[in-house]
Amino acid sequence: MTKSKADEEDYWNSSKFKAFTFDDEDDELIRLKESRQAVNSIQRLVEEDDDEDDVEKVSWSGEPVGSISWSVKETAASNQRTDREPAFPKIPTDTPSLSKSQSGYSLSSLFKGKTKGGNFQSFTDTLSDSSIRLYAPELRKPKSEYKDYVSDWSPEETIQRLQQGKTAPLEKFRSLQDKLLLLDFAVSAHDGNVITAVLIYLKRTLSKEVLFRELESRQTALRHFIHYLTETKDQRLLLELLRALGRTEDVALLQYKEHLSIADENKRRDFLKSCLSLPFSAEDSAHVQDHYTLLERQIIIEATDRQAERGGKVEIFQKFPRRASILNMPLITTLYYCCFYHYSEPEGTYSSPLNIRQAFKISEKQYFVTALAARAKLKAWLDVDALFTSRNWLGFTRKKSPLSFQRVVDVLQKNSAPTQVLQDYVGLVEDPDMRISLAQKHKCHDIVINTYRDMKDRQQLLGYRGKVGRGSAEERKIDELLNNQQIRWKN
Amino acid sequence: MANSARRDSPELPDFSLLKRLARDQLIYLLEQQHEVDKLYKVEYKPVVSTSDQLCFLIRPRIQTFYACEAVLEEQGMFGDVTTDEWAFYLLPLDDDIISLELPEFFRDNFLAGDQRWMRTAGSALHLLHSLYGPFSKVYGIGRYSKMAYESWREQVEQGEQRARQAEIGNVFLIDRDVDFVTPLCSQVVYEGLVDDIFRIKCGCVEFSPDVTASDKSVKVMLNSQDKVFNEIRNEHFSNVFGFLSQKARNLQTAYDKRRGMDIKQMKTFVSEELKGLKQEHRLLSLHIGASESIMKKKTKQDFQELLKTEHSLLEGFEIRECISYIEEHISRQVSMIESLRLLCLLSITENGELSFVTSNYGVDHLLTFSNLRQLGLLVEQQPGETLTVMESRVGKLVNDKTAGKLTDAFSSLAKKSNFRALSRKLNLVPKSDEEYDLRVPRDMAYIFSGAYVPLSCKLIEQVLERDGWTGLEEVTRLLNGNEFAVTAKNDAQRIILVMFLGGCTFSEISALRFLGREKGKHGPNGCSVSH
Repeated sequence: MTKSKADEEDYWNSSKFKAFTFDDEDDELIRLKESRQAVNSIQRLVEEDDDEDDVEKVSWSGEPVGSISWSVKETAASNQRTDREPAFPKIPTDTPSLSKSQSGYSLSSLFKGKTKGGNFQSFTDTLSDSSIRLYAPELRKPKSEYKDYVSDWSPEETIQRLQQGKTAPLEKFRSLQDKLLLLDFAVSAHDGNVITAVLIYLKRTLSKEVLFRELESRQTALRHFIHYLTETKDQRLLLELLRALGRTEDVALLQYKEHLSIADENKRRDFLKSCLSLPFSAEDSAHVQDHYTLLERQIIIEATDRQAERGGKVEIFQKFPRRASILNMPLITTLYYCCFYHYSEPEGTYSSPLNIRQAFKISEKQYFVTALAARAKLKAWLDVDALFTSRNWLGFTRKKSPLSFQRVVDVLQKNSAPTQVLQDYVGLVEDPDMRISLAQKHKCHDIVINTYRDMKDRQQLLGYRGKVGRGSAEERKIDELLNNQQIRWKN
Repeated sequence: MANSARRDSPELPDFSLLKRLARDQLIYLLEQQHEVDKLYKVEYKPVVSTSDQLCFLIRPRIQTFYACEAVLEEQGMFGDVTTDEWAFYLLPLDDDIISLELPEFFRDNFLAGDQRWMRTAGSALHLLHSLYGPFSKVYGIGRYSKMAYESWREQVEQGEQRARQAEIGNVFLIDRDVDFVTPLCSQVVYEGLVDDIFRIKCGCVEFSPDVTASDKSVKVMLNSQDKVFNEIRNEHFSNVFGFLSQKARNLQTAYDKRRGMDIKQMKTFVSEELKGLKQEHRLLSLHIGASESIMKKKTKQDFQELLKTEHSLLEGFEIRECISYIEEHISRQVSMIESLRLLCLLSITENGELSFVTSNYGVDHLLTFSNLRQLGLLVEQQPGETLTVMESRVGKLVNDKTAGKLTDAFSSLAKKSNFRALSRKLNLVPKSDEEYDLRVPRDMAYIFSGAYVPLSCKLIEQVLERDGWTGLEEVTRLLNGNEFAVTAKNDAQRIILVMFLGGCTFSEISALRFLGREKGKHGPNGCSVSH
């Protein structure tokens, strides 16, 4: 979809989004502050009779606690004792929706594990029976259940029983055919629990080769098995499985993942080195290489810097003490760190930002943004300036920027850059309207004046006169321009 | 401010029944079955107790009995331990929201492909069907929706049937991966913003001291019981200030009534009105504090520009600028999550990922990217690979002049993604020449400032309107099928249950509430909430 620039402007200025912008601070915030004041003024009136039983006690039922304390804090000697009377739950006799139910319906069927023969209590029965014991069926399976039906269930029936949460011995299925039937029925039942249960059994009673071979053609079962092995942390078997399936990249990633559990940085570095030969994809391989190289570097930098810091002689570490070690930090953070603490070092050192940029092939834009942020933080405005200059073959310098100038101004302003510094960059914003709005925001009067002059907009210039200091140089400048006969104003 | 519901909207069923049932079941289990008299919280230290038996109530990572039992067996503890299941399935979070509270659902299903929760989903449906049904129509789309439906049907068949007056007649099941776009967009309705910034867990949120303007943080339940919250929760953030300031003024007036009251009037005032006013005052304070906090955070983060980028991506407009913004966002290292979110949004709407990302972040987030690829949230554009094969094949059939044009055509084809086509077919990005009034929203797009109607909600709207999938064949094709619609009987049931398998956003809930009010139906939402 292409729109012309004019359309663009219209598009964005169209009231579609005008309804609300988060930049409309002034108006909305003022209203909010007013509300806040109104509410606070009431505070005084309220305080007189303010009692603290408004403290929220959030139990998920939002209700008082029963004889078994819902609040576990109670046992842990909390200070929030609930003294409301224990509402030991009885079945409410006046539940509106339940009263709609006809006879014959029982709550018990909602609970898992029907008793044998479906001996249900109807709801109306339980109402008259005051004993709670009868209101839900036994949830523990009676021992009698195990006795009779040992070998009569087919694989399909077995799966059905498992789905319903009942016991059904799998051990009687010893042939491979039967086992696979079990598995296939489980898969078609879509129940992950049951699939996993069967897989646990198969893992125990089939050799790896046979199992892997059968899983290869059963994607759903395979996924469940992989997940099971992952959760039970059976790393060894999982790796074997992945290798058997030829999923070499997954093997590599899985082994690489181990690095997360190695705390000591030197051991981790050595481990990463050993990972380099793993069968990663080309792209991942490069990343792992970088990871190793980065950590290697960080170890060196950390050692040197910690010493320098302790020594107390290097100024920057005294002025801006390090808040954390650089070990295991991400790449860009490391770059920022080096731009901060090691900016002017010669390119040959490990901690030189330029060296890092080259070693890790960091893009110009990324480098620029990071260096800008670091130098701005240190208020090193000359360094900031130097980032923009470049020489062409004529020896001239031109300011160029991979980042839009608005963004640059934004970063500088967040670091409290003085107006003279900001001015330079505001002036470089190409779009006149954007330039004016930024200039006004940061009180760069000269830029506003010059821009209006360039745009030959007399009205605006006149309007702006009221915003500059009375009797100031800017005011005089405006007057001069306004009186200048040679300018062909457009309005 | 609160949109008045149509007078003929049906009443919502009483979901507190679910809570009572669950609690009763637990009480029964603990007291009757296992004779528990004390509860301890499980921590990583040995339990000291005078009892000779210990009962542990845990939320297992592995839901299945079977895997748990296998572990116990391996550890040689099988006979010493009995296990039981407290199957409560559903937790009502509000009048019209029920949750399965299964944060693992998304990861297990969509990332690992493990279907362990499917039976639970079916059981939840079965429970609702038994208590509030029977259902007469079930619609759905997605692999897991289908499985949940089948599990439910099976359980119904195995259970008892009996007649009752149905309160919930229709059900709509939808997989999260049918619409990944919506959860990737920044939210701008009040509840959505509160969730994005403060994190709403299980219907509760914790506000830090700078919000509460005191020295401690406060945990608050956010639901329709909070009268202030209830009125602003679904509103676009721009409307919130106006409402709160009006409320504050009203409150002031109400308090001011105290002056000029005689003793008798004062007594009445204190006994009847004061408590309510104090309550309102407290809530108002909190929400004003929260709004201020939201405002501060968002202006600091340049939220406006982020929204602009998202809207552009949704519309397919000025993509170059969007990419450039994302690049800068990543370079500035503002927020990894946000950068990834934008990337995924770019990837889905434009069907391409860019290599610059991994070059900057790849070192640190190799595994994250691998997962995202697995989910289909990040798609690698293979520049030239499939394209050149096609080109060369076709190129051999035509002469030189047209080959060039064909290349262009193929390039544009390859870049098009299903989202764009879907967006056009369903009119997800409303075109309007007039102003979109957020104060009086005219369609569901208001939840994204008028820029985008959530795909999931639009699908639901269309299917309900058409009573099925007729006329939506092209749409379902673009969504990879797996749609279904089953009718038991044609009831004019107006309460609809929508179930998101994999979680839903507060924005979607707001949109559906809007839809419900519009059409005179109420939609309770059941979701497996995942964060």
